[in-house]
Amino acid sequence: MTVTSGTPFKSAVIWLALGVALSAPLIAAAQSPLLAWRDPIYIAAGFAGIMAMGALLLQPLLATGKLPGVSLWQGRHVHRWVGAGLIVMVVAHVIGLWITSPPDVIDALLFRSPTPFSVWGVIAMWAIFGSGVLALMRRRLRLRVWRFAHRALATVVVTGTVLHVIQIEGTMEDITKIALCALLCGATLWVWTAPRA
Amino acid sequence: MTKLIQTRRALLATAGAAAMTGLVKPAFAQRLAPTPTMRGGANNYRPGAPIVARIGGGGFLMTGTVRRAGDGMPLPGQRIQMWAHTTEGHERDPESHGATLTDENGVFRMDMPQIVPAFGQPHGHLAYDSDAFEPVFLRPIMSSASDTSLHVDFVLQPV
Repeated sequence: MTVTSGTPFKSAVIWLALGVALSAPLIAAAQSPLLAWRDPIYIAAGFAGIMAMGALLLQPLLATGKLPGVSLWQGRHVHRWVGAGLIVMVVAHVIGLWITSPPDVIDALLFRSPTPFSVWGVIAMWAIFGSGVLALMRRRLRLRVWRFAHRALATVVVTGTVLHVIQIEGTMEDITKIALCALLCGATLWVWTAPRA
Repeated sequence: MTKLIQTRRALLATAGAAAMTGLVKPAFAQRLAPTPTMRGGANNYRPGAPIVARIGGGGFLMTGTVRRAGDGMPLPGQRIQMWAHTTEGHERDPESHGATLTDENGVFRMDMPQIVPAFGQPHGHLAYDSDAFEPVFLRPIMSSASDTSLHVDFVLQPV
């Protein structure tokens, strides 16, 4: 239940950096020329995916209580809501793409898509759903089992997401895309390696 | 076309050299394998796209050849259908679809709107789906989204 201490300056820098990390990919994608040739539902599907990536970055920070001014208890509370939001965003992403081009999404879900990134997106999707189901069963699991299983699934989510996103030629701008992927990988590694709070 | 001629020349040279060595039967050069259908090639296909002089406003050139499997004979008058996500519409929009016939050399060309990346890759769709040969559905990917043309070769297997 400790609130991370630090100078107000350090806190401000951390929150500012987080704000940039989450908003820059969205702002850059909003400038994509491809948007001019896409229906609103297709655009929304893409942005649901980018927002889900941002939410993924928030998750380890919230769960470990490392954000300045946010207690571990508060962080975990928000973590659950962001987790539920992630599932909603992924569902919106898939439904939006399905409406835009049904056969392409059916191929992806059946693991027979010609595009190599689809399979990773679908793996990440199932890992997110699995993580949600696991979270609902959390009280019935031993702490160590829960902790390992949840982290393992989260790692599959991040790995799948990064391999999905990095191969896509879409509305995301390259530098913000690679930077967000690097942050996601870094945050995931950090969760596994950092000493327990 | 240059690429095709070079390929043919290379093939003849290879076959000639092989024939001279006496190790390979001359019939080797006669075996042209049919083009296999690609994964996802038929996605958003609309059978019976009309034969048009141009799809939409044009500006992007889709070219290709159609030959017969085995002997590689160019096939004139073959109907090739094509569709893509372009600056003028999504793949499933009827206006994004059109068809053309190959000329006496088995060559087809279609002026169509610029293809733009969709579903992660800048790609087009082409189909041969008439009666004389086995159907073939292709989904070629452009090497760059800024390309303004795409060339596709069909080798068809007689039914």
